[in-house]
Amino acid sequence: MSEALQVPTMAEFQQQGKQPEVLFWVGCAGSFDDRAKKITKAFVKLLNKAGVEFAVLGTEESCTGDPAKRSGNEFLFQMQAMTNIEVMNAYSVKKVVTACPHCFNTLKNEYPSLGGNYEVMHHTQFLKSLLEEGRLTVEKGQFKGKRITFHDPCYLGRANNVYEAPRLLLEKLDAELVEMKRSRKNGLCCGAGGAQMFKEAESGQKEINIERTEEALDTAANIIAAGCPFCNTMMTDGVKNKEKEAQVQVMDVAEMIAQAADL
Amino acid sequence: MEYLPNIVFAVLLLSGVLFFARNIGKIRRNIALGKDLEISDSKKERLKNLLMIALGQSKLVSRPVSGLLHIVVYLGFIIINIEVLEIIIDGLLGTHRILSGIGQAYGLLIGAFEILAVLVLLAVVVFWWRRNVQRIARFLNPEMKGWPKQDANLILYFEVVLMVLFLVMNATDVTFQEMNSGNVISQFIATWFSGFSESTLHMIERVAWWVHIGGILIFLNYLYYSKHLHILLAFPNVYYGAVNPKGQLDNMDAVTKEVKLMLDPNANPYATSSEDPHAIPDKFGASDATDLNWLQLLNAYSCTECGRCTSECPANQTGKLLSPRKIMMDTRDRIQDIGANIDANNGSFKDDGKQLLGDYISTEELWACTSCNACVEACPISINPLSIIMDMRRYLVMEQSAAPVELNNMMGNIENNGAPWPYNQMDRLNWSKNN
Repeated sequence: MSEALQVPTMAEFQQQGKQPEVLFWVGCAGSFDDRAKKITKAFVKLLNKAGVEFAVLGTEESCTGDPAKRSGNEFLFQMQAMTNIEVMNAYSVKKVVTACPHCFNTLKNEYPSLGGNYEVMHHTQFLKSLLEEGRLTVEKGQFKGKRITFHDPCYLGRANNVYEAPRLLLEKLDAELVEMKRSRKNGLCCGAGGAQMFKEAESGQKEINIERTEEALDTAANIIAAGCPFCNTMMTDGVKNKEKEAQVQVMDVAEMIAQAADL
Repeated sequence: MEYLPNIVFAVLLLSGVLFFARNIGKIRRNIALGKDLEISDSKKERLKNLLMIALGQSKLVSRPVSGLLHIVVYLGFIIINIEVLEIIIDGLLGTHRILSGIGQAYGLLIGAFEILAVLVLLAVVVFWWRRNVQRIARFLNPEMKGWPKQDANLILYFEVVLMVLFLVMNATDVTFQEMNSGNVISQFIATWFSGFSESTLHMIERVAWWVHIGGILIFLNYLYYSKHLHILLAFPNVYYGAVNPKGQLDNMDAVTKEVKLMLDPNANPYATSSEDPHAIPDKFGASDATDLNWLQLLNAYSCTECGRCTSECPANQTGKLLSPRKIMMDTRDRIQDIGANIDANNGSFKDDGKQLLGDYISTEELWACTSCNACVEACPISINPLSIIMDMRRYLVMEQSAAPVELNNMMGNIENNGAPWPYNQMDRLNWSKNN
């Protein structure tokens, strides 16, 4: 636990004339949001443990532009995108991993036509590949017998058809994986997408995150697993609203694997 | 006088088809009012979508009850139309059941039609029940009041009448009943008419025959005025529908040009404006239906208002004003209004003081969307309501700076410090330092 995190930057790699295996795109939430920072650290611990030569952009990273684009501000989005692409191309980035499905979607689908062509992976996909290559093992025990339900982030699931990687990781924890009434391609949004994270919802009868949290609580799960910092916030708020925080935890898949390994 | 029925038939057929063609021409014209969009990629995948999603109805069965019932009606529609071919030939040539010459196969064919006709009748009754008695929620949203509800029921009544006429026509056809081949259903209906004289039967048969083909022509022409156009437009709509990952929004080329100019220190800001007069559009985003591209307008005409999108929409489920189906219905209403305006003003649009944004679709609806793609996933025929919502947000933000104030703050933060929150970009790596 006490071992310091090893977080090299692209600039440091370049100074040594080296190229990292993968760029870890931390994202704004992962950099600044207190809850999401824990996910970032958990993922870095796993990368360190697996001996992955990764680097971050650090202060050279900037918002991908996703919330601006979904708000309708195409100018701001493309300004952000082109600036980021310039930075990444200067470092000859080939492969990117991120723990944020919004960054993942934008980098993977919307950067190529602006000149940014990278192999982009969600952190659950990357962890799965480490597992398959034998570089990482998932420790069993801590979550044995726990009921876990996975909330599909829209921008990972429906938007990009990634449904199995996070589930496969959770199954390795020897926990009992239970599905919500609506899951995979029918999964219900947490309410944060399309820049809703940054504004009050329009008036209605209910908040979307409450609706989704109720569905998660219906599974009687001990843990709601998430793969997105924004879903994590929305579901955590929902659990608090339902006064269930003593019984139900909201955790990122990476956090669970790190915790199981006592990292 | 001998050829009078043939002539009447030919005139009826021709006017029915021509009137329909005229209206289809209007739809073509209206769709072409949309912005250009080049779609010539991924032919293989598009063909596969056409086969699976449109012809194979693969997405409909995600809701098994309505999906399977729909397949029955769809098959019935396609297969029973072979019978219409015979009716048309008979009508034009004055023959009677000209295809019966093909022998045993004819009996098999008509037998299949009769069974399908009964299945269609049953399916249609269940559909009517679901709408009017069971009152399934997605048929009761505010946008379904009035004409849309009436339209949906009228279509069902049409189908009942056409199927009943088809069966009665067969049941009262004395020679067909005597053939006793293929009358699997109509032989039982024939018993209801057993007391009738042959000439009365003949008269009933003729009336049923004429009303049946007349009904088909009326139904054909009704399509233009109804949501039922999907029986034709679903096919091109699915073919041209998106093949990219759903999360991928288009990058606006016009903006790319501008941004490149801004970021390029060597660019001459005066150079490009004269080169390409189309480089910068007159408007960013969409405030009216004609600002949308032709595919979005085709989407609107293809929508059959089933409401699967709306019933999956998280905003709609939690009581917000947004309904993806209403976005499609409003878009169609607006482009129809624009088309009618052009027709009424000798081919040019006369400003009616209205536009899609505000007069049809409110900003409250647009800002309630989470861009979760549930509506896109739910549509059985690849309609994309999200793309219209996004284009209208683009107009609101880039032309009017009319985003909700919190979003303006968020965008200001991105502009100033590269994050949606007011944190300094120089602090981006702080998380790694204080463990």
